[in-house]
This record gives sequence, structure tokens and C-alpha cells, in this order.
Amino acid sequence: MASRHVVAAADEIPPGGRKIVNVRGRQIGVFNLGGEFFALINVCPHQGAKLCEGAILSHLVSDGPGDYRLERQGEMIRCPWHCWEFDIRTGQSWCEPNDVKAKTYNVTVEPGGTLAKGPFKAETLSVAVERDYVIVEM
Amino acid sequence: MSASEAMAPAASTVGAIDCDLHPAVPNAKALMPYMDPYWREHMLRRGLDSENYDLMAFPPAAPINVRPDWKPASGLPGSSLAVLQAQALDPLGVSLAICNVLHGAQAVMSEDLSAALCRGVNNWVAGELLDRDPRLRASILVPQHSGELAAEEIERLAGDRRFVQVLMLAMAELPPGRRQMWPIYRAAEKHGLPIGLHAGSTFRHPPSAAGWGSTLLEDYVSYAQGMSAALNSLLVEGVFQKFPDLKVVLIESGVTWLPASMWRVNKTWRGVRSEVPWLNRLPADIIRERVRLTAQPLDAMDGEALGRVLDQLGSDDMLLFASDYPHWHYDGADPVPPGIPPAMLKKMMVDNPRATYSRL
Repeated sequence: MASRHVVAAADEIPPGGRKIVNVRGRQIGVFNLGGEFFALINVCPHQGAKLCEGAILSHLVSDGPGDYRLERQGEMIRCPWHCWEFDIRTGQSWCEPNDVKAKTYNVTVEPGGTLAKGPFKAETLSVAVERDYVIVEM
Repeated sequence: MSASEAMAPAASTVGAIDCDLHPAVPNAKALMPYMDPYWREHMLRRGLDSENYDLMAFPPAAPINVRPDWKPASGLPGSSLAVLQAQALDPLGVSLAICNVLHGAQAVMSEDLSAALCRGVNNWVAGELLDRDPRLRASILVPQHSGELAAEEIERLAGDRRFVQVLMLAMAELPPGRRQMWPIYRAAEKHGLPIGLHAGSTFRHPPSAAGWGSTLLEDYVSYAQGMSAALNSLLVEGVFQKFPDLKVVLIESGVTWLPASMWRVNKTWRGVRSEVPWLNRLPADIIRERVRLTAQPLDAMDGEALGRVLDQLGSDDMLLFASDYPHWHYDGADPVPPGIPPAMLKKMMVDNPRATYSRL
């Protein structure tokens, strides 16, 4: 059964921001997309690079040659090694979304008051009741 | 294995569709009755009727461009219909053969003269070949340095269903995917005509990416490189997206360079695809769907190696039987290279040509 881990205070990761955290020995990238939080393993499924440390970019779309549009700005992460792009929401690669994916983790935000009652694991953080916290399930 | 088994053809050519046959216009004088009056006089005024318009990419006297036992006593190889029938159509027993006339008309610098000569060649093909042997079909030569004039020529001939393809050389003034060329693809798609990209060059640029070579050997080997570049241009510029019903046939390309090229374009696309956001599928999958290749010549050392390489194409739909007559790519009576995987072989003789050329 998945355990839940407090990895950051919510206001530590502003919209568009990210934090790389350690959960049970694994590096996880936690991203804030317009107030929603998402988590990806910090390992590119291609060659193992630190995926979540790459550039945060937009979804490029086109209806045909010469048509260039940005959608979902700031919702793609590009691996620093070979520039493969992944959807931060789903972990799916842009090029082969059904076959090449980065592992994702469920993320929730909980008020400190709830967390204080447990059974959450706040390995590296002390929890204050007046703040909200980002929880990763693993 | 007995001697007779060793000699047995890989697949019967009887009833097959030959997707690359090279008749030749005997000389420019033969074209004159087929030219528009203005351009006929233009040719006479300039003395252009005494030129031969050999395409430098395929010098007709070079041994590689005519098999020794097919060399005619006089005239250009492929220039006699009777000889072509006796050496290719009759012994192979093909049901249909697509004539790809290699001619300098497509390489002439003047767009207007190029267009006039292409009209002349196409008219000559209709009058001297298509009207005289019901097995023959043909590609439309277009002045490929002018997208607009090329499209006009396609429109002019589209009503004649014996023209089944548009012929272009792989290397010309522009990489073929550039938008100036799109009128050609628009017209071809509209009329159900695949684009046949034939190996070779109009020599506006070196035929090798390394520059001008000194020999035919360098040029000839480099044609595979040029074919790869032409295909990449069509793919990356989005021609297959813009014209979703268009097919492209790589003629006389050598074939076996393609799996490595597909792997390379897939790999590179994953990292730099943001340059071309319309290229939204694995490039190799687009190639498998939309690109076909004539199966002569087939660059392979032996049958076993060929089988392995062709498996890497990942599709049995891509190869089209071709004799490539009179070019010298095989000896003996069997134009089907040994080692083609059976499932592929079964489809390449008739089914793949019919699926590729909707007008057959």
C-alpha cells in the first residue's frame, strides 16, 4: 500500500516552479502548474538523465506546415540530455506517448493541521498547522 | 540444390507490373513533330534540334546505363520500341510497365523551354509508346524547376489515364519539400498521381554533399545520399501532412540505405522535433505508409544480408517490382534480386504496384 510523504510546504513551489525531493531513496520532481501539483520520477526513461532538472517548456502544436502555436505553456519538461519532451501532468513523452513514459506519482495538498494527526511521513520537514503541504504518494 | 533449382527465378515476372522501364527519345529531331509550333521554331532558330538532351546524371553511353547484351547496334539504348518489347516486355511477360523517360528536358535552365520540351517528350511518349503497346503506362515529365509550370503540365495530361505518375529527379534546384514545389504535389494529389523521385540530379548543386566529384563513380554512388536528402526534405517540410493522399515512389534508389536513414530520422526527430511541430508522428511510420521503392537496383551483398535489411523496413508494402531496363543492374533473365523475404516478394510483383498507382 502506498505511503504518503510530506515533501514540501505548498508555498515553497510557486506556480511554474519545481522542487526536487527525496522520497524513500528516490528523487522526485514536484511541479506546480497553475496551482495544481504533479510529481515525476527524476529519471528519464530514455537514458536515465535527471529529467526533472530540464527546461520547462510549452506544448507545441501545429495544424500543418507553417502553423506554429503554443499551448499549455509551462507544462512540458525537456530532458537535459537528448531533449526528449514529457508531459508533466501525465509523464507521457511527446514523441511516443503510449510507449515511452516517465513514472508519475499522485500528489495532494493538505493543511498542516490535518498532517499533524498523521499517519503522514514528514521525513525532512517540520509541519506547521497554519501552512499547506505537498504530499507525494509512493 | 540442383542446377535448375539454383537458376529458378525468385518470383515469376509473368503478369507482374514493371514499375521502372526506361525508353529513350531517339534524338531531339524525333521530338519536333510533338512540340508546340512556337517552340518547334524556337528549337530550329537556335539549332537546338541537333542537341540530344542526354541527362548528365545518366550518360546513355556509360556501360552502367546499358547492359551489354541490350546494347543496340545503333541509337540510344531503349530508343526502339521493337527492341524494348523483345528484350524486356516479352521475355518478362509483364502485364504492365511504367515508362520513365530520363531526359534533359527536366534539367534545362529556362523554365519555359524546359516546360516546352517536357510537353514534347510527354506527347512523344503518348504517340510513340502508349498508343503502340497497350502494356505501357508512363510518368509525366515536368519542368521541375517551376512548380507552376509543372502543375500546368500535370493538369494538361491528367485526363489521359495512361499517365500514372509524375517524374522528378531527386536532386534539383531546391530540396523537393520546399514550398515552391508544392503546386506539383497539389496537382499530383488531385489527380491520383504518385510523385516518382528518380535517382539523379539536374546538377544545380554538387551531387555529393561533399562537393563536386571527379568521376561518374562518385556521382553515381552519391545518388543514394541525394535520395535520402530528398526524402528527408519531403518529410520534414510537411509534404506528407499537407497532401495526405500523396504517395512518393523512390525510383532506382538502391533501397538498402533506407532502414538506417529511417532509424536516424526517428532518433533525431525525438530531440529536435520542435523545429517542425507539424511532424507529429514517428517519421519512419510516415515513410512506411507513404513511400514506396522500386526494387532494382537493390544494394545488397548477398541474399541473407538483403533479407535482414529488408526486414528492417518494417513493411511488406513498400517494394515495387522493376526491371530498370536497360540499366545494367543484373545479369541473366531474372530481374528479381535473390533474398527478398517471401511475404514481401509476394506483394511486390502486382499488389504493391496496384496499391501505389491508383490508375493501373
